[in-house]
Amino acid sequence: MVRSRIRLAVVLLALALLAAGCGGNDDASGAGSQTEIKVFAAASLTAAFNKLGSDFTAAHPDTKVTFNFAGSQALATQVQQGAPADAFASADTRSMDKVASLVGAPRVFASNLLQIIVSEGNPKGVKGLPDLARGDLKVVLGAPDVPAGKYAEQALDAQHLTVKPVSLEDNVKAVVTKVSLGEADAGIVYVTDVSAGGDKVEGVDIPTDQNVRATYPIATVKASTHQSQAQAFVDFVRGDQGQQVLESYGFLPPPTS
Amino acid sequence: MTGTARRRRAATARARAPILFVVPAVLAVGFLAMPLLGLVEQTPWRHLATALAAPPVLVALRLSLVCSLGAVAISLLLGVPLAFLLARVDFPGRNLVRALTTLPMVLPPVVGGVALLLAFGRRGLAGVWLDRAFGITLPFTTAGAILAEAFVAMPFLVITTEAGLRAMDRRFEDAAATLGAGRWTTIRRVTLPLIAPSLGAGAALCWARALGEFGATITFAGNLPGTTQTMPLAVYLALENDLPAAIALSLVLLAVSLAVLIVLRDRWFPTA
Repeated sequence: MVRSRIRLAVVLLALALLAAGCGGNDDASGAGSQTEIKVFAAASLTAAFNKLGSDFTAAHPDTKVTFNFAGSQALATQVQQGAPADAFASADTRSMDKVASLVGAPRVFASNLLQIIVSEGNPKGVKGLPDLARGDLKVVLGAPDVPAGKYAEQALDAQHLTVKPVSLEDNVKAVVTKVSLGEADAGIVYVTDVSAGGDKVEGVDIPTDQNVRATYPIATVKASTHQSQAQAFVDFVRGDQGQQVLESYGFLPPPTS
Repeated sequence: MTGTARRRRAATARARAPILFVVPAVLAVGFLAMPLLGLVEQTPWRHLATALAAPPVLVALRLSLVCSLGAVAISLLLGVPLAFLLARVDFPGRNLVRALTTLPMVLPPVVGGVALLLAFGRRGLAGVWLDRAFGITLPFTTAGAILAEAFVAMPFLVITTEAGLRAMDRRFEDAAATLGAGRWTTIRRVTLPLIAPSLGAGAALCWARALGEFGATITFAGNLPGTTQTMPLAVYLALENDLPAAIALSLVLLAVSLAVLIVLRDRWFPTA
């Protein structure tokens, strides 16, 4: 009995030390060797931002960037609820507006166009937006709160098309997945998602006059304790090197206004 | 055991509670209860009725009821015979079958959803055949949502029922048999009534799990209001633009979970 209590005390003590040790490590990284900043970014930025993150660390060895990719609307809610974000990159101004009081001045750093995504070889012969209203197609869109879903809705409304989607996905990458698995015949995503989607999917262009241009704003989060590093990342994304990376992933420069 | 004896034993157990355990135990209770308190505290009580009566919420509620009850029906139809075989028949590979049956309980539901797609999706193992032979495709349909819920919830019914069958006194069945009852009559008139409490508990657990299903459903069946958007999916999406609605829906799910717990309390905490 006594022995087992001692053993338990030792285990608890070890756990406490371990916890203290972890805390200590955090402090060390915060103060000296490497600072970690958390960037919340729209799902459509996944590939480009992963590359930007490693490029940024190469240029700033003392700062490590970790990402939280999800639908912009979900990220905005997380920021509102006090998630520890240092910077936020959204796929639309609407999600950025939701957190306007919590972030610094947003800057548009890229734009993107919509494309219809279909299975490899386009077996259903989709030629443009009007085909999506066909009854024999299973169409998947983003939910109306998801930027890609909202943009798709705008594009379809402008053509007075009524599309009955079989599912409204929570982020744009989920639309790509449903098409690449062959469960859905077509979806509306960004041009960049089609090129990042692999061999099992291909894109059908939407003519410029029917297309909707998505704009991507980025801002630092006011509650961040790493303001200068977060600002450095924002500047990096907007700078020449960042713009080149974004371009290589198919993003367009910010609209000139 | 008499009441006094039980009380005395409880008293000694209380006296022996090791101090070393009290602090972590209190922390554990706080940790488990705090989120529920947060939910209740943030509930817009005054607007609760309006939030719950909103058409999208009602649609999700109705769909959740249909899907979860459908999942329980499938589980009863297939799971009870399976539990019977597992409990009573010594067939080769029985342990393997039991392990396979309980796997969905420990499998991450999203993985379950992916697996369901690869099996019953349009290009899945069985899905290709279903599509070709009957023109049936399950993803994005209410049937698909029911299937996803049954996949994760059926094990709860199977293991609870099997445990009930193992624990029951088989002499009643023997007596029925000696009195001339056939095999079916015995199962119907003796076995099933005797395991009714286990069956009920299993069905309640199965229903609660089906009602709360999220990962497998959104992965396999997608998300469309009225067709596959069940309550947990509605909660998740409402969180992003309509927090009061999300909280109201969460409260309904919490109330259901509590109700199931209360119904099952005598079974899980028989001495309390």
